[in-house]
Amino acid sequence: MATAAREAGAGVEVRLEDLRRSYAGVSALNGLSLTMAPGEMVALLGPSGCGKTTAMRLVAGLEEAQSGRVMFGGKDVTALPANKRDVGMVFQAYSLFPHMTAQQNVAFGLSLHKVNPAERNRRAGEMLELVGLSQYANRYAHQLSGGQQQRVALARALAIRPTVLLLDEPLSALDAKVRTRLRDEIRRVQLEVGTTTLFVTHDQEEALAIADRVGVMNKGRLEQLGPPTEIYSRPATSFVAEFVGLTNRLAGVVSDGEVEVLGIRLPLVQPDAANGPAIALVRPEAVSLAANSDVSGPLVGTVIAVSFLGALSRVTVGLGDDVTVLAQLPTSEASAHQSGSRVQLTIRRDPVLIARDETTAADV
Amino acid sequence: MNRSRRLRLNIFRVTVFLAMGTFFLVPIAAMMEFSTRGRSDTGPRTMEAWTNIIKTPDLVAGILASLELAAITSIAMLVLLLPTMVWVRLRLPALHRIVEFLCLLPLVIPAIALVVGVFPINRWMRINISDSILLLSFFYLVLVMPYSYRALDAGLAAIDIKTLSEAARSLGAGWFTVMMRVIVPNMSSAILNASLLSVAVVLGEYTFANLLTYENLQVAIVYVGEVSATTSIAVAVASLLFAFALLMVLSFVGRPRERVARPEDPIPAPASRSLPLSDSFIGVPK
Repeated sequence: MATAAREAGAGVEVRLEDLRRSYAGVSALNGLSLTMAPGEMVALLGPSGCGKTTAMRLVAGLEEAQSGRVMFGGKDVTALPANKRDVGMVFQAYSLFPHMTAQQNVAFGLSLHKVNPAERNRRAGEMLELVGLSQYANRYAHQLSGGQQQRVALARALAIRPTVLLLDEPLSALDAKVRTRLRDEIRRVQLEVGTTTLFVTHDQEEALAIADRVGVMNKGRLEQLGPPTEIYSRPATSFVAEFVGLTNRLAGVVSDGEVEVLGIRLPLVQPDAANGPAIALVRPEAVSLAANSDVSGPLVGTVIAVSFLGALSRVTVGLGDDVTVLAQLPTSEASAHQSGSRVQLTIRRDPVLIARDETTAADV
Repeated sequence: MNRSRRLRLNIFRVTVFLAMGTFFLVPIAAMMEFSTRGRSDTGPRTMEAWTNIIKTPDLVAGILASLELAAITSIAMLVLLLPTMVWVRLRLPALHRIVEFLCLLPLVIPAIALVVGVFPINRWMRINISDSILLLSFFYLVLVMPYSYRALDAGLAAIDIKTLSEAARSLGAGWFTVMMRVIVPNMSSAILNASLLSVAVVLGEYTFANLLTYENLQVAIVYVGEVSATTSIAVAVASLLFAFALLMVLSFVGRPRERVARPEDPIPAPASRSLPLSDSFIGVPK
């Protein structure tokens, strides 16, 4: 089965060149360029309205680009309509055809591609087996749960052996538990079939967990594209730093390639930053706490709240002058601190990103 | 719901059902009674009026013409309205209100005003195209539009037409395939509703046909009524029964499918294999 499934997607290079699209004069996509290696899964991550879904719809051919090109395996498909592009797509909304069974849904695309009935049924069955739903082949959409419907939709999209697989927030409508399981399932299937995949999501955990590379989008532009670890640990802009994971914004002063924050000097991600006042973006996990009621100083404060997150806990510490710092600690350590207790902060000397003011996305 | 409340509800339902049934059936029963009266008050019942239906050539022609007009109008309505409404929903949502207004407009214009409006066109068509009664279907198309629009609009609102059509397009379907294999099967109930309403309007139409000097079913009934009241009543009962039969077809063929999602079933674990995800989890240093 896996071997046969692997036939499904000979991955091709996908290149987006300077794609632009606006609606009623408002720019939704502002010059997006992106190259995906054959078989790669790239996640486009960003807040609502950042242009990620527009980008996907341009790739699918469901919208027309006002300028720029979409290339599949070196072939320009920009002018092709959606039904000629050879893409498989899974939508955020449940998209199974309600009047067809799961098997018929998966076979639908194959019948349009003039695959003979015997082969059609064989491949539909194979795809349902790939997503673990063989036993539900004769059920209608309304007889399947949300997670099952999205898996059938995935099987349907892959059955036509598409050049590119497009996943438009396919997990958004599902509850957290099913979402996590299906997320891993999607990655497993994508690795098996090897189809180049573009995955759109606003959920950073989802994007970081399954994509080979993550592209963070903001206001129609790609702020940063890179492996998940790079996106998280070396964000290129303050927007990326703040969107991907929690970030403390602490006032400081840049000098000699470092920034001085709360009396300590931290290295910069980009040491050539100009000297002067700046906002340092410090990850909560770089902050640790020690109980101390005797000393005073800029790094001593009072615990305002402790939020239990499971294995980790988040402690909010007030330092006076309306400055608060978040620290993310193992719950075993955090439990030593109660609201109102005095603590001393330590900030790990990880390279930090700086922003010059509240509105500047990246100004290093 | 407790037992006494359920009982009260059932009694209420049966009462309403019987009251409404009586309201509809008594006039029909009276018409049946009248159409089967003998020549005198004491004479035996007779089906003469009913057999007269097929013996009256004008009546048969009127019935056939109305049935043809009903079929043509229904098909033309679907061909014109359904793709237009789908297109407006998908591509021109800003025009939705305008199209709705235009489609509902005939509802507020008196039939007599419409007839006066179409009279010159009708005369030109009769002289230059054909004198056939089937030309009436052009005007009937306008008449049925408000009713059909409402039925189709409700059907379109009940399905996620945008996602379904985009899913079909991404799988390789052209627009014709999207319409015939995805949209139409999912709104068969609404299409049947719209068709039934069109048929009912056309079968009951009198003003247009009479004033434009065509002889459809209703006009023929009036003519026959001047000669034989019982025969005209028999035809009226027959057309009512025909409409009821269509309603029965609608309720059995177009019954909407239950669309309730089942609770999440556990997703079977994939066959044991390790995912090469070790370098893509949060917090793993590069």
